[in-house]
Amino acid sequence: MSLKRIDLLICCGSGCISAGSLKVKERFLEILADKGISNEVNIIETGCMGPCDYGPVLVVYPEGVFYKSVKPEDVEEIVTEHFLKGRPVQRLMLREEERLVSSQKEIPFYRKQVKVALANCGFINPESLEEYIATGGYEALGTVLTTMNPQQVIDVVNASGLRGRGGGGFPTHIKWQLVHDVESDEKYIICNGDEGDPGAFMDRSILEGDPHRVIEGMMIGAYAIGATKGFFYIRAEYPLAIKRIRNAIKQAKEAGLMGENIFGSDFSFIAEVRTGAGAFVCGEETALIQSIQGERGNPTPKPPYPAVKGLWNKPTVVNNVETFANIPTIFLKGADWFASMGTETSKGTKVFALTGDVNNTGLVEVPMGITLRELIFDVGGGMANGHEFKAVQLGGPSGGCLPREHLDVPVDYETLKERGAMMGSGGVIVMNDQKCMVNVAKFFIGFCVDESCGKCSPCRIGLKHMYDILDRITKGEGKDGDIEELQHLGETISRLSLCGLGQTAPNPVLSTIRYFREEYESHIKDHSCQTKVCTDLFHFMIDKDRCIGCSLCARKCPVSCITGSREEKYTISQTECIKCGNCQDVCPVKAIDRIPGMHPEVLKQIQEQQNISIEE
Amino acid sequence: MKTLADLKKIREKAQEEMKLRDGKVRIKIVVGMGTSGIAMGAREVMKTFLEEISNRNLTDVLVTQTGEKGLSSMEPVVDVIEEGKPKVTYGNMTPEKARRVVVEHIVNGRVVSDYVVATGD
Repeated sequence: MSLKRIDLLICCGSGCISAGSLKVKERFLEILADKGISNEVNIIETGCMGPCDYGPVLVVYPEGVFYKSVKPEDVEEIVTEHFLKGRPVQRLMLREEERLVSSQKEIPFYRKQVKVALANCGFINPESLEEYIATGGYEALGTVLTTMNPQQVIDVVNASGLRGRGGGGFPTHIKWQLVHDVESDEKYIICNGDEGDPGAFMDRSILEGDPHRVIEGMMIGAYAIGATKGFFYIRAEYPLAIKRIRNAIKQAKEAGLMGENIFGSDFSFIAEVRTGAGAFVCGEETALIQSIQGERGNPTPKPPYPAVKGLWNKPTVVNNVETFANIPTIFLKGADWFASMGTETSKGTKVFALTGDVNNTGLVEVPMGITLRELIFDVGGGMANGHEFKAVQLGGPSGGCLPREHLDVPVDYETLKERGAMMGSGGVIVMNDQKCMVNVAKFFIGFCVDESCGKCSPCRIGLKHMYDILDRITKGEGKDGDIEELQHLGETISRLSLCGLGQTAPNPVLSTIRYFREEYESHIKDHSCQTKVCTDLFHFMIDKDRCIGCSLCARKCPVSCITGSREEKYTISQTECIKCGNCQDVCPVKAIDRIPGMHPEVLKQIQEQQNISIEE
Repeated sequence: MKTLADLKKIREKAQEEMKLRDGKVRIKIVVGMGTSGIAMGAREVMKTFLEEISNRNLTDVLVTQTGEKGLSSMEPVVDVIEEGKPKVTYGNMTPEKARRVVVEHIVNGRVVSDYVVATGD
């Protein structure tokens, strides 16, 4: 007999787990047992609910009350006040302009979102097959297997307009059709879970939060192309995703949803997990295939495409996690429903990982065609700490930076590409006016230099050369012609590189030059970093009017370059200063400022040294 | 599992387990669980409701709780809220009365007027 009257959903996505949600769960178990109501409350660990900034978060049903930043010491209050007396604990609920947000549905963060791939994420227990089935799970697979032939399946995907969610945006049905049309004794289907962009965690969250959905999508794809074996390629840095997918595969096998003659049809299918070592390049499909084969993860030239000669030289489809996650819903709700969302060329929804200087960082799913402004300011809640918006980096190291002028462009594959960014897998890094764009470009190029597999020289040598130029510019050693050299190199690398990594790696540099050229110029010509990020291109100054002569800065200076007295106040010797910032941190009256630009004395010293070396 | 019918069976059972989360219910029984309600035995009343509803397999009924309702002299107080009908408030509830409310009101749709202390919002 069930006395359950409360469903307590605790977010156990990686974000909330690192914020301590498992400890909160333990505490709930203790307190509920203590109060003797363990049998009235159902504790469910869910996948990522989205608003990671508020973690650990939990939702209490039937009311749908949303609690944020819950600590173990808050648990007793929630149990005694809410669970026993029915009074939600207001201090742990979200407030919006003094108004209490009473349920999860009302949170502004969720308002513009449309959940398809994330429909169950944060709502069901990802380790329960039954809960997935309760939401309509495996019905699409059953219907497909019992009522449709493979070509009809591909036609539905075609009608839906679904395009690959991993970055390239290649139409899914074309990939499927190609492999479907090839005669072969064996075909393979691969789920690409090698998400490696800095700041991206969409695929991880889906794998962790709703693993059965991805498996179901993969199986529908396998039926369409005629594959009997599938691989989940997931990076080893995602242990929870690997665990949950393995668990889901096991459950599906036990329930007869995977194996021989599924749903009484003659379709048989088995999937297994392969873990990647975390090389960014292995997200590229040919490198990924090499890695599954047990070889070094190097890309191979295309053609032949994997659709013709893929895993073990057999026709292979590689789809992204999110692409598969959309498939079951397309079959349940119909291709027309899916195609009714989005723009002319980009249909459906897209999951984004919102990070950077926005208020609501986290996981969001919005219809295609939403503007960047809506995404950042409505869903993301605007800029954090009152700073101004400066740029947004879409698509990680392969994408580009878009400035304020492009905030009103719709998010779809073509529009973003036109503006020099790309959809990418969905990482959205929002940057405020404190960020130096040259430095940002240097960061992303540095990432690609590290991650380049080294097989082809444009990427291996060219990117390093670009990095060196950027490094010089940020150190104040930029020269006339550097910008042109970067553009020339970037375009060459894009054209000549073997795989997607090299072809797209120059994008962050090219897009920041396109939109923030004056910042590059001021770094090179004026030796000045206006945002005061590049250490060599700003200096510290003590304002003598504000200085009280306490000598604290001089005592804390690690290179003893600050001198003075109570009467004369203090001065920094610019040529010796190492810009550690200690003085600014310790000054009790905030009399020390960062001033953009290299100090004239330092500049003079450098020029003199250069002249000497030229004369020599 | 070999057919869509098998899947449907599992789905229906699983949906029943998850009904708290879907918000689709015919009748909501709201037990007033403020300090005075609890002091007067509201927990026992709520437990009885939960047991009866579970025993009778009533899948479209939800038992939930709320705070002080301001009818302290009539605690424990229970609201029965049915879609499209005025709210019925029962007062001075006991486990025995709760059983009768389940049989007559929840199952058979007849309000137990003996226990009613207020109707409507």
